[in-house]
Amino acid sequence: MGRKRKIKPPASPKKLLQGAVKGSEYKKEAFIAYTILIVGYGLLQLGAGIGLIGHNLQGQFVPICVYVSLAISLNLVVGISGELSLGHAGFMAVGAFSGIIVARMLEAYISIDSVRLVISMIFGAIIAALAGLLIGIPILGLRGDYLAIVTLAFGEIVRNIMNVLYFGLDDSGLRFAFNRMIDLEDNSQRIITGAIGATGIQQTATFTAGLFLALFTLFIVLNIKNSKHGRAIMAVRDNRIAGESIGIDVKKYKLTAFVISAGLAGMAGALFAQNYSTLAPIKFNFNTSVLILVFVVLGGIGNIWGGMIAAALLTILPEALRQFADYRMLTYAIVLVIVMIVTYNPTIKTNMSMRIEKVTSRIKIKKKQTEKGVA
Amino acid sequence: MESVLKVDKINVYYGAIHAIKGISFEVNKGEIVTLIGANGAGKSTTLHTVSGLLRSKTGDIKFLGESIAKTPAHRIVARGISHVPEGRRIFQEMTVRENLEMGAYITKKERIKGNVEYVYEQFPRLKERRSQIAGTLSGGEQQMLAMGRALMSDPELLMLDEPSMGLAPILVDQIFEIISNLNKTGTTILLVEQNANMALSIADRAYVIETGKIMLSGTGKELAKSEEVKKAYLGG
Repeated sequence: MGRKRKIKPPASPKKLLQGAVKGSEYKKEAFIAYTILIVGYGLLQLGAGIGLIGHNLQGQFVPICVYVSLAISLNLVVGISGELSLGHAGFMAVGAFSGIIVARMLEAYISIDSVRLVISMIFGAIIAALAGLLIGIPILGLRGDYLAIVTLAFGEIVRNIMNVLYFGLDDSGLRFAFNRMIDLEDNSQRIITGAIGATGIQQTATFTAGLFLALFTLFIVLNIKNSKHGRAIMAVRDNRIAGESIGIDVKKYKLTAFVISAGLAGMAGALFAQNYSTLAPIKFNFNTSVLILVFVVLGGIGNIWGGMIAAALLTILPEALRQFADYRMLTYAIVLVIVMIVTYNPTIKTNMSMRIEKVTSRIKIKKKQTEKGVA
Repeated sequence: MESVLKVDKINVYYGAIHAIKGISFEVNKGEIVTLIGANGAGKSTTLHTVSGLLRSKTGDIKFLGESIAKTPAHRIVARGISHVPEGRRIFQEMTVRENLEMGAYITKKERIKGNVEYVYEQFPRLKERRSQIAGTLSGGEQQMLAMGRALMSDPELLMLDEPSMGLAPILVDQIFEIISNLNKTGTTILLVEQNANMALSIADRAYVIETGKIMLSGTGKELAKSEEVKKAYLGG
């Protein structure tokens, strides 16, 4: 029996796309996210310029950008791909230490700080992405809690390897050793010394570099989210069996998201490292992974700009709470609990969204009126 | 008649449990073939094995003459087998139209529009609801959507897993009428059902599965009259 389907002539691809993509929603999300980044950058720069923001908080500018980027890149795995990863700090560490090594090696050849910084960030991203690929291939067959536990273990493994890794640079080039000090020749410098970590780092990270990191991360993640691949990833997240049954290669897409997320975390790690003169592996422990996850959850899983705001606020908060002295971390925890309860309270949520709608509709009406007035 | 699907002595295990014990059956072009049986007989497992979500330890599955026993699930869809999984499994957060477009994931762009029209023709209700969020559809509509989505990839063989599950009798009638219609327009159908009465009434041929083995086979009419089937599934 033959197939007798009446097929009308195809519409132009442009028309098809308009039907397929929630174009306006995507644009709205992108607009909000980019605006937050640029306005936030402007406000903080302004505050620092007129002396409103103290020295302590200014020291947090680069970390804020780094954590914002990390929140965006983790959202690719947790929000868009729907897998719980507890090892984001591990990828950050891989990027940080490989970035430092490259930056140190390039010191003799490239004198411009920013060029060195960019190269080291790219290198950090590549190494972290490779680490993501290496761990992603065997574990992405796992689901849910099991994946979370393996990524947790990965983060700890990275930190523990860093604890016993020694890197040095001398006349004969880069040298490294495992679990012992290196005997270095003349003109030597130690780059990484086990648990003490990296020392003598050139502090080349700047707030502007941080802004570009965050913009780049945002650009990549938003583009993935709004691509055919992104929709495939989200379809699998919503319903794995349905996704498989319509022909999506689940493993490939999960792996792509995981590797890109790892690479972006490595890039952020490389920038983070070059904000300090010394950096110990302990900085990249389980707490840091959880902290990044807290940003994502607090901002709303899958909500990219929400995670960005959460990251910025929670990085500033401990500094702002310095006046509480000994009770600083206690206050921090209490604030966190209150924020969680309030933001997920349906009554408050609907109330807030209604208010916001009122305000925006008023603005729209005013706009129309002024437009008419001009005409 | 040209054979579309030929399943040859497959054995499927869930860990230590031997779920499918050497099942063989065949689906010819243009037929409606149904697998009926009680809960846990292995009907869904068989479908999952054909679509590549599960693997058979031994035996072979041939689709249009080529073995697909080792082909990954996403490639099997591209070959022309569409699986409508049990319990509907639509993308709840997407609109009806977007669900259909996800179904066209591997379809050539220029065919998408035509296929959407074809699905709307078969399921006029979906056209009415095209911009509604799929999770808000009724059970029957969700089943129609899942079937429509499967049709988007131009399948040679459509596998339906319990399309009548949880639907009111009138909707069941409707769904089966649609299945009949789809078959008339040229889609070969492999149907898994608990509702043996309905399934046998539209099927060209049927197989009765019991605890992982095929117990009976024959045309739909033959089996509907068979005393054994009546006793076991049709209530006397």
